[in-house]
Amino acid sequence: MRLLSQVNNPYGDDKNIDGCALFGMINVEGTRFPFKDPIRAISNMRERGNGLGGGFAIYGIYPDHRELYAFHVMYLNRQAKRRVEKSLKEKFRVVLSEELPTKEAKVWNPPLIWRYFIEPNRSKVNEEKIAEDDYVVKNVMHINVSENGRALIFSSGKNMGVFKGVGYPEDIAEYFCLEEYEGYMWVCHSRYPTNTPGWWGGAHPFSLLDWAVAHNGELSSYGTNRRFLETYGYKCTMQTDTEVFTYAFDLLVRRHKIPLELVSKILTPPFWDEIDCMPQKQKQLLTALRQTYSGLLMNGPFSVIVAQQGQMIGLTDRIKLRPLTAGVKGDFLYLSSEEAAIRVVQPTLDKVWNLTGGEMVVGTVKAHAFVRLQLVTTLLGN
Amino acid sequence: MEDLTKNLEISNLKIGAVNIDAAEMCSFKLNALIRDLVKRGFKEFNLHNVSGQRYIGAGLSGNIVFKVHGIPGNDLGIFMNGPNMYVYGNVQDGCGNTMNDGLIVVYGNAGDVVGYSMRGGKIFIRGDVGYRAGIHMKGYRTAPALVIGGRAGDFLGEYMAGGVILLLGLDENAQREVKFAGTGMHGGVIYVRGEITHFGKGAKREKINENDLQLIHKLAKQFCALFNFDFDKVMEQEFIKIVPVSHRPYGKLYT
Amino acid sequence: MKTYHLPEYIVKRNVKRCNKCKLCIEQCTYGVHYYDEKEDCLLSRDEDCVNCQRCVVFCPKHAIIIKKNPLSYRKNYHWTNEAITTVKKQAETGSAILTGMGCDKPNLTYWDKLLLNASQVTNPSIDPLREPIEIRTYLGKKSKQVELALNGGEVVLETRLAPQLCLETPIMFAAMSYGAVSLNVHEALARAAVECGTYFNCGEGGLHPSLYRYEGHLIVQVASGRFGVHPEYLNAGAAIEIKIGQGAKPGIGGHLPGEKVGEEIAKMRMIPVGTDALSPAPHHDIYSIEDLKQLVYALKEATGYAKPVAVKIAAVHNVAAIASGIARSGADIIVIDGVRGATGAAPKVIRDNIGIPIEFALAVVDERLRNEGVRNEVSIVASGSIRSSADVVKAIALGADAVYIGTAALVAMGCTLCQRCYTGKCPWGIATADHEISKRLNPEDASRRLINLLNAWSIEIKEMLGGMGINSIESLRGNREQLRGIGLSESELKILNIKPAGE
Repeated sequence: MRLLSQVNNPYGDDKNIDGCALFGMINVEGTRFPFKDPIRAISNMRERGNGLGGGFAIYGIYPDHRELYAFHVMYLNRQAKRRVEKSLKEKFRVVLSEELPTKEAKVWNPPLIWRYFIEPNRSKVNEEKIAEDDYVVKNVMHINVSENGRALIFSSGKNMGVFKGVGYPEDIAEYFCLEEYEGYMWVCHSRYPTNTPGWWGGAHPFSLLDWAVAHNGELSSYGTNRRFLETYGYKCTMQTDTEVFTYAFDLLVRRHKIPLELVSKILTPPFWDEIDCMPQKQKQLLTALRQTYSGLLMNGPFSVIVAQQGQMIGLTDRIKLRPLTAGVKGDFLYLSSEEAAIRVVQPTLDKVWNLTGGEMVVGTVKAHAFVRLQLVTTLLGN
Repeated sequence: MEDLTKNLEISNLKIGAVNIDAAEMCSFKLNALIRDLVKRGFKEFNLHNVSGQRYIGAGLSGNIVFKVHGIPGNDLGIFMNGPNMYVYGNVQDGCGNTMNDGLIVVYGNAGDVVGYSMRGGKIFIRGDVGYRAGIHMKGYRTAPALVIGGRAGDFLGEYMAGGVILLLGLDENAQREVKFAGTGMHGGVIYVRGEITHFGKGAKREKINENDLQLIHKLAKQFCALFNFDFDKVMEQEFIKIVPVSHRPYGKLYT
Repeated sequence: MKTYHLPEYIVKRNVKRCNKCKLCIEQCTYGVHYYDEKEDCLLSRDEDCVNCQRCVVFCPKHAIIIKKNPLSYRKNYHWTNEAITTVKKQAETGSAILTGMGCDKPNLTYWDKLLLNASQVTNPSIDPLREPIEIRTYLGKKSKQVELALNGGEVVLETRLAPQLCLETPIMFAAMSYGAVSLNVHEALARAAVECGTYFNCGEGGLHPSLYRYEGHLIVQVASGRFGVHPEYLNAGAAIEIKIGQGAKPGIGGHLPGEKVGEEIAKMRMIPVGTDALSPAPHHDIYSIEDLKQLVYALKEATGYAKPVAVKIAAVHNVAAIASGIARSGADIIVIDGVRGATGAAPKVIRDNIGIPIEFALAVVDERLRNEGVRNEVSIVASGSIRSSADVVKAIALGADAVYIGTAALVAMGCTLCQRCYTGKCPWGIATADHEISKRLNPEDASRRLINLLNAWSIEIKEMLGGMGINSIESLRGNREQLRGIGLSESELKILNIKPAGE
């Protein structure tokens, strides 16, 4: 039985429908900066949200524990906490556990939120003969599915963390004491759910490992995407399109090692008519991608910011039904639903443009050791 | 693509005979190699150490000769359209399946459904054949032929729509007589050396006539030449023929 | 023996309108109409009328209507007129009752119990008349993963794609054999397939030499009878379909009656003129699933691995498990033919009682293949009962990649579903081998009708996709969120894995 009042989708709708504001900024030198600019920018788009969800994914916040997975976990009650901690202890070595610092703010009905720095139980990983990341994914999914809304691991990456809940983003920032954190990349989200009361777990960004996704719009291909991903072992428990993005990036980039430029050709492929006219090699490549991953074509209106360690990616749907603006100033790349939000923190930009349909913008930290795909070209400075 | 031919002993380019050691070679590789060589104009193949590789000669057309040493796998010569194939060993199931033209000569026994749906060419089996040999053989103006030296399993010539089966039964010690011969046949003819008593539904026994004898002679002579049997001795015994009761067995089944 | 069964139809002629032109006599292949010289009027032998509507359409004065004979036996829900008539017929002939076309029983047509979605507010619908909507579909085995390598700065595709069929609209023409239908029908289907960028399936009776020129748009069939199967034939197909079963007659073979086997058909099927052309119930080289794999690979070997191989089965009770086996057999495409799939000839008792609806079969096969992680191994083609573009869209949303249409194509060409295909006298010139009768179907005119039909359906499909906010058909495939059930029981909804309307 689902806990109807607490889950993301109490009415069992196909998926959550929401409108939103997105903002992200990254310093490509890897220099960390505080919350001031991101908060100002996302609050500038207050009209796009309605106070029923706000959240942040911040990268580079736990340099002292950079080798450990940082789990942020929501609990509805103490029993849930006991259960989850028991299985965490079985599957992982918990190096540090603490309640996430919070303070009084205009937020609604906050759950109990704990933070754990952990590493996988090596012998168990070896036993299962899977990659460490896959081991983490598997156990996070297992706990989230079996807890069924009573507990939720909503952040599970290394040296990054997600902070989110029901409230306007600035109130969420206050609640989680974000003034205490510094990161080289901030991805922010303000939510406008059309059909569900806010639930803390349902706020964006959605995160798995160090992937974080903030999303505006709706996927009409959700049913296809979800069933396609399920054949690759992902369990879509949240019934949000955003979750689908997270898994799609995890599958394509982490597991199948597809370069990001080509990931956009899968999620938002060129039309067949265009592919038909391409030179032979390119045509073969794009045909192969589109045929193989047809279930990952993202249809319907969306703009999305996807982040992983050292990298921020912006993408819009292929017929441009949702807005996303990119701006560059010095070492900073900005992505935002509205240009005004960028201008409010950086009035003079070296470059600013609205993404075209299906365009992907990538900002990569130059010296980042953890960037998995070296061939990704940074669009900064182009 | 890897050059599959690089380790081959191509013995005599003039007559185009290629020796292929099929040991440790999977069906896919062996057939790809053969197709490749055929495309390059080779016409004669000696396949050694064949062991279960399927589909040898599948769909090949033209004047090609295979000499197969060992036990080829199922569907030997399926859809074959012309080549001659000599097998120095037993063959498994589906030999000559849906064969269009050509010749298959087996110096041993054959498994089940040999000559399934063949509509051209000839198959000679020195020894015994399994169940449902010559099933659904066809023929439009051409008459495919299946000659069996030993004995046949049940349902010989089931659904036969055309062509000729000649069952010689040369193994004097054969214990078991074929049952349900010609069941459902509605065309073609089965000749049996000696006598059988059990026919399938829709088949009947008839006396042979002069035309039949001529045909039997022709096939038996070829058989004896291939496998070194004494033709006169083979022909000493009487033959019977099995033919369909009707070309329209199901004319009254439905309304 | 005096016949006790009564005419099914009554021919009503408006004598005031009738100008005695006798066109009806000419048009009726069953000899129903005749001219009575003494009375100078046209009369009819009602007992021979099959209600094909040919005379009705062609009567220049619209003087004829055909009515169902009310056959006023005492009302009985259990002993229907049909049940009584069948018993009487069988008592008189001792024969199995033969019929044509698909099951006409009032079992549920689940397509009609499925409702589609459309966007409102949260998601814009897309206007197909002005913005691109893609309905191109590729059929064939897909890789599980695309492998890439880096060569200098260039990304190189390492994955070798399996051969695919490219459909510009997700609708193909189902297998109908030469013999069951006329050469003109094949010609019309072929032309329409070329024009619409899709494929026609020549069925199990071989391919007429005049049709080899359509090889880029042809699927050749290999059935248990192996009629007309030779290397040239196999190579002519853009794909090869192994026919295991047919929705109208699962588990039984078939036969083309000897009277239809004339010179041309005999040549095509490679059998003597006038013999019954028998298709055995099983393939005699397939007695088990591993044997299917053997035939799949035999066909691939014979054609150099250049084309996809499809396997067509009838939807039977354990279709999901069977499909799972087929997906692992090396086949590239699975065709599932539902219980309402049609035929040129089948015993009525088989047609009406064996198999399950395509909607259920499709739903469980797609689900099973996904659960087992082999959905990418095969494309799924749904066949049997597709009547409209809405049925196509619903089939794809349930999980099909494409559909086959047979009956719909024949109806487009004139068929009225009189169900007498097996007589070979089809007054519309479709299901006949008779040279004269088949001239009634002009391939040019018939192909135009087919092209119009596919074009119309394609537009409608795009309209429905656009309404859902989807601009490419792959985003509809298996997208059951776009479906809701109405008037279905919980277990039916569970099998279809969809929600009820309103939820």
